[in-house]
Amino acid sequence: MLRYIANRILVMIPTLLAISFVIFVVVKLPPGDFLSTRLEELRAAGEPSDLQEIERLRKEFRLDLPFFEQYFWFVWDLIRDELRSMEYDRPVSEIVGDRLWLSVIVSFATVIFTYIVAFPIGVYAATHQYSWGDHGLTFLGFLGLATPNFLLALVLVYFANVWFGTEIGGLMDEQYVGKPWTWGKFVSILEHLWIPVIVIGTSGTAGMIRRLRANLLDELQKQYVVTGRAKGLPPFRLLMKYPLRMSLNPFISDIGELLPHIISGAVIVSVVLNLPTTGKMLYEALISLDMNLAGSFLMGLSVLTVLGMLISDLALAWLDPRIRLEGKATK
Amino acid sequence: MTAPNDKSAAMPAGAPGEGQAPKHFVSTAPFDPYSVEALTPEQERYYLAGQWKLMWWKLRRHRIAVISLWVLAILYLMAFLAEPISPYNPNSRHADHIYAPPQQVRFFHEGSFVGPFVYGLKYELNKDTLKREYTSDTTQVHRIRFFCTGEDYSFWGLFTADFHLICPAHGGTLFLLGTDRMGRDMFSRLLAGSRISLTIGFVGVAISFLLGIIIGGLAGYYGGWVDWSVQRTTEVIRSIPHLPLWMALAAALPVTWSPLLIYFGITIILGMIEWTGLARSVRSKLLSLREEDFATAAQLMGASPPRIIGRHLLPSFASHLIASATLAIPNMILGETALSFLGLGLRPPVTSWGVLLSEAQNINVVALYPWLLLPVLPVLITVLAFNFLGDGLRDAADPYK
Repeated sequence: MLRYIANRILVMIPTLLAISFVIFVVVKLPPGDFLSTRLEELRAAGEPSDLQEIERLRKEFRLDLPFFEQYFWFVWDLIRDELRSMEYDRPVSEIVGDRLWLSVIVSFATVIFTYIVAFPIGVYAATHQYSWGDHGLTFLGFLGLATPNFLLALVLVYFANVWFGTEIGGLMDEQYVGKPWTWGKFVSILEHLWIPVIVIGTSGTAGMIRRLRANLLDELQKQYVVTGRAKGLPPFRLLMKYPLRMSLNPFISDIGELLPHIISGAVIVSVVLNLPTTGKMLYEALISLDMNLAGSFLMGLSVLTVLGMLISDLALAWLDPRIRLEGKATK
Repeated sequence: MTAPNDKSAAMPAGAPGEGQAPKHFVSTAPFDPYSVEALTPEQERYYLAGQWKLMWWKLRRHRIAVISLWVLAILYLMAFLAEPISPYNPNSRHADHIYAPPQQVRFFHEGSFVGPFVYGLKYELNKDTLKREYTSDTTQVHRIRFFCTGEDYSFWGLFTADFHLICPAHGGTLFLLGTDRMGRDMFSRLLAGSRISLTIGFVGVAISFLLGIIIGGLAGYYGGWVDWSVQRTTEVIRSIPHLPLWMALAAALPVTWSPLLIYFGITIILGMIEWTGLARSVRSKLLSLREEDFATAAQLMGASPPRIIGRHLLPSFASHLIASATLAIPNMILGETALSFLGLGLRPPVTSWGVLLSEAQNINVVALYPWLLLPVLPVLITVLAFNFLGDGLRDAADPYK
């Protein structure tokens, strides 16, 4: 097991490197760069463009270097924490850091929410296949899946405003924005957290319910369940002891699937709800071709996901010895 | 069968009594040793049916899935015939009817039946709130015309026609779902948008399906370094959250591209990232299936790996694949909606449901013009229908249970 863990963590390094390369390519994809659009803007505004200043910036951001050298510096600066945003002319870690932490909080809360909701519903739906409860709950789950997140957020904000008269945009009360972490801030965040968590959670929950139900149904039809029943195991114990444990396997490996989903959801919901997480900033950075900022946002979100997947893989290995020993080619 | 020593019980009625020699009897019917096992025609039909036929029979019994199939068929038919069905051109503006609310279809005017009609709209600008206020003018009765001629349109860019399924009355209006900020009919725009929104999922899934099966199949069957490298690749792609990556890629599509190119660009972007999910599930199923006896048997009989994968292993988890694919289509439809909502996907003048929803970006719309949120309904219906169909298929795909 220890070897598996070490192996798994070692593998993360090249994975992250590969991710950084993909991200770098992607943020470099748009034609032009930050400075050329800045130049055009200045020209359009009729301001005399300071060519020397532009040249200086081009040097500073190393936009004049060949592609691979740029990539190298991108990674190196990222590791040394010296990457600077082009648009804000500040270190990216200042801009990204706090937002990333809030993203972690929102994502973590959403994962918990999803599990708490999906697990009992999934088990119920599988053990009562084709009952009204099954149909109703499945439909509810699907409804959450089918509703675009951003719209649900918009409508929830509106009704919360009409019914409770509260402004629920944002992730904390005004007075805590930009302040250091205190207990009051924490509580304020918790108060605001439920809307984004529900909005983001609804879409993932349906998938979870569906997969748990499907897997559990598959397991329930297997011979060993029949055997267990024939031997007189109480139904609840039989369910808990074998099929549920078997069907948990995909449930846990789905963290890897759920996490990018949730972070995606958080991105678009944050645009609508005006959350101080990553969504809006990332969008603006992409539009203004600020590749350092966009790249580090994408990188930060990806690191989050990779860490989540690592946890899910470790949990899986702990649960299922077949996974630990996998990949030994027999053919 | 009775025990051989229990003679009296084995004797049929009318048999000779004790001590008498039994009458000699030979049946003239041809001897058929399998007569006991003979099947009725229905049973025979059932037992001899192929896997796909059984799946179809089973799917037919799944009522919600069948309904979903019909709903989808109707939706796609409507998308195909968008121009003739819609009363207006999706881009024709009605300057007098900006932000007009939906007109309700009525049948009775002052207690008497006149057939389907709408009341005219009376428009007033509220001087205090600067809000356009429309009221029904009950003196104007506009009967809806059916199978009529109206605005010219070009059907799929092939030929020009002016035939419509429904038209407004002469001199009247027919805004079944209201109008937007330029006075364009929402219903017509919805229909026009369905064409893009409904196809984008199919094209994207086709791309990701192909990639997913091939790559996942190879990884799962061979294991070893093939599996390892595929695993790492999918992991790299999957650990970059989809939406931000889509956003970044979509932002890279040149503004100068034609709408059609953008459309294909978006589809490919959606498909290129979605395949990893399919590949992963194919792989994990294969990993366990290749240890089954029938796979070993096929291998011992000298079947080639592609044959074992395609012929023996793939059908064994078709259910899983179909469920994943049907779940992936709505995923892409939602992805397109989200991208267009953010202004990174399709852009006007192209119409899709996401483009329509991007008009409803702020809370004022929810408060003042809620009918602009209506494009969410077809999105909901389509996504739900695909999901229920997928569920039905999943249950049906293992017909031997």
